[in-house]
Amino acid sequence: MADASNVDAFVEFERVQKSYDGENLVVKDLNLTMPKGEFLTMLGPSGSGKTTCLMMLAGFETATHGDIRLDGVSINNIPPHKRGIGMVFQNYALFPHMTIAENLSFPLEVRKMGKSEREEKVKRALDMVEMGAFGGRRPSQLSGGQQQRIALARALVFEPELVLMDEPLGALDKQLREKMQFEITHLAHRLGITVVYVTHDQTEALTMSDRVAVFDDGRIQQIAPPDQLYESPENSFVAQFIGENNTLEGTVKEINNGVALVQLDDGELIDCKPVNVSRPGERTRVSIRPERVEYNKERLQEGAHTLKAEVLEFIYMGDIFRTRLRVAGNDEFIIKTRNAPDQTRLQPGQQIEIGWLPEDCRALDA
Amino acid sequence: MTDISQSGPMLAADGTPLKRSLARALRMQKLRALMLIAPLLLFILLTFILPVADMLYRSVDNRIVQDVLPRTIEALEDWDPGSNQLPEEAAFAALAADLKDAANAKTHTKVAKRLNYENPGIASVFRKSGRKVKKWDVENDGPYREKLIELNDGWGDVDLWKTIKTYSGVRTAGYFLNAVDMKLGADGAEVRPENERIYNTLLIRTMRMSLIITFSCILLGYPVAWLLANLPASKANLLLILVLLPFWTSLLVRTSAWKILLQQQGVINDTLVWIGLVDDANRLVLINNELGTIIAMTHILLPFMILPMYSVMQTINPTYMRAAKSMGATDWTAFWRVYFPQSVPGIGAGSILVFILAVGYYITPALVGGTKGTFISNLIAYHISTSGNWGLGAALGAILLAVVLLLYWVYDKIVGIDNVKLG
Repeated sequence: MADASNVDAFVEFERVQKSYDGENLVVKDLNLTMPKGEFLTMLGPSGSGKTTCLMMLAGFETATHGDIRLDGVSINNIPPHKRGIGMVFQNYALFPHMTIAENLSFPLEVRKMGKSEREEKVKRALDMVEMGAFGGRRPSQLSGGQQQRIALARALVFEPELVLMDEPLGALDKQLREKMQFEITHLAHRLGITVVYVTHDQTEALTMSDRVAVFDDGRIQQIAPPDQLYESPENSFVAQFIGENNTLEGTVKEINNGVALVQLDDGELIDCKPVNVSRPGERTRVSIRPERVEYNKERLQEGAHTLKAEVLEFIYMGDIFRTRLRVAGNDEFIIKTRNAPDQTRLQPGQQIEIGWLPEDCRALDA
Repeated sequence: MTDISQSGPMLAADGTPLKRSLARALRMQKLRALMLIAPLLLFILLTFILPVADMLYRSVDNRIVQDVLPRTIEALEDWDPGSNQLPEEAAFAALAADLKDAANAKTHTKVAKRLNYENPGIASVFRKSGRKVKKWDVENDGPYREKLIELNDGWGDVDLWKTIKTYSGVRTAGYFLNAVDMKLGADGAEVRPENERIYNTLLIRTMRMSLIITFSCILLGYPVAWLLANLPASKANLLLILVLLPFWTSLLVRTSAWKILLQQQGVINDTLVWIGLVDDANRLVLINNELGTIIAMTHILLPFMILPMYSVMQTINPTYMRAAKSMGATDWTAFWRVYFPQSVPGIGAGSILVFILAVGYYITPALVGGTKGTFISNLIAYHISTSGNWGLGAALGAILLAVVLLLYWVYDKIVGIDNVKLG
């Protein structure tokens, strides 16, 4: 629901729609409210409308319908250069014909700032990203990670209150990406800026954000803090998209005291937490996280429903074991177990029984 | 085990130095690459490099005088042209002997032609005397001084002898001096009288008009290239075809079309008169002058400017402009500070291309330039194909080449040649 009355709102999207061709909506009825200082990530597959939303906020695309407000003021008709929003681009967009210092000085120059003040701010921004010694270099002389830092410094040097980041870590290798994820979050919290971050990498979204908005098909499917998103997905798209997930299909038999009894398609019964199923007879997709599946009988709850499973494949991954099972006719059922001294290694062909806590097993829309 | 910690050059497994081993391994590859380009290399050598070198040599070549008048030149060695006295009898005798041999070999007209470039009138003296001297018995008919002067009083002119002596070397700077409106007098190089000067004016005019044409091409081409690079692909393709369309029509047809458009009774003047912007009595002179050449050549050379600019602009990522705007730059600032500097290499490449093409152009100036709008190349063509003074044509060509190379060097100093790219 739109919450336009929220006085704390810093960034607001109200019933925003966007169409490029007049026939299809890329963004359908988007409502979003962000308080000041929040780190919000827009997560979704490509074509889900997340980048379009970011571009509308930056002013490079105009909303076909609806209102976008920044600090209570509608910015629909304000050109990008007057919005005062910092932006980090996917390919960094560092100007190749300018040195690093000139790049950083650019936003200050167009604000007609004096030379000494400019130099002072550029120096401070470079020190902030630990690149103080690189002011005289050209962007092409820097590595990808260094360019990333400069792009960040350039977006922050004119002290905007809102910074947009469009998949800024997409071009970096895994290790560097993880390092930068922490640096960006720390910097954002230290400076108290509001950040809208777009990515299609769910790990990035989970580790960095205060809240994550999961986009699909031009709508926000769920907006929640990372732990809620992972542990309590509200629909099957979110469950599938965030983290690894096992899906079993079935029909709701009954719902009692917040527990739904679901009959799987092969006739087995399991207990689930009803999330968006409401009445018996409804088709449902049951979602269970691989690490929440238990096959050690001693650890299973008394009286919990269990399912028979056949081990198909055992993969040793170092810190964890990953085992592929056939469960209720599903050959892609994955369980993950920690590589601990007391852990048994399952053998292909072995028949086991698996179970889980009812609250870890969520009955979602079909 | 071999000792790995040896000093000296690195050795391959069989003990030969690694460098030699590598060179041997690469030799086949290099040989094959050379064989692949050999036909083209040979073709260029035979049809381009050698003829150009030969042409350039002609601009200083003066062997003809030495070849035809060897005895005369030897006899003139001690003669002082500054004395304003005719040379001694010996020189006349030598000339008679040379002239007789030359007339028999029919080479006396060639030397006459050569010397005539430097001193008009000499040709007829040589040609007329040649026919007569052929019948002389050069052993016994002396003294020749009176005889020759009697034959043609041209031989009594000290200037004629001065010219022969001045241009007796195997190589001469005469053509080059000629090409810059100077001549080789008895006391060295001197500037020609004002009414004989044409080449400097023409060279400067060629440079000036080529620069104007280049700048017009930049001004007209830049927005088109920008559109090409920023339109959606389907529309850009259509526009590109329109840009290339002129190439499908003959250059002569296009130039003639400009004649029809620009002449005083032409389409543009008729239209202006009809609208009432121009009085019928004062129709604009748009052709057979500099303006006509500039208009027609700008049009003809425009694609050569647009294409390199387009290919460079295509590589400029649009996010640069967005980034600039997100940092607070207005559209104009973003363009001028961020987009334009990145498009300069395209302008550079286009300018070099257009300027060099313009400097050497001659069909269009010849057709629409009248007398005021012709280029130096029109005179080169005239000397090569009409007047037959290949030496002067070659000298003019060499100067043009040198000036272009000089400008190229200046460009490299100012903009940097690395800053030129065609995409």
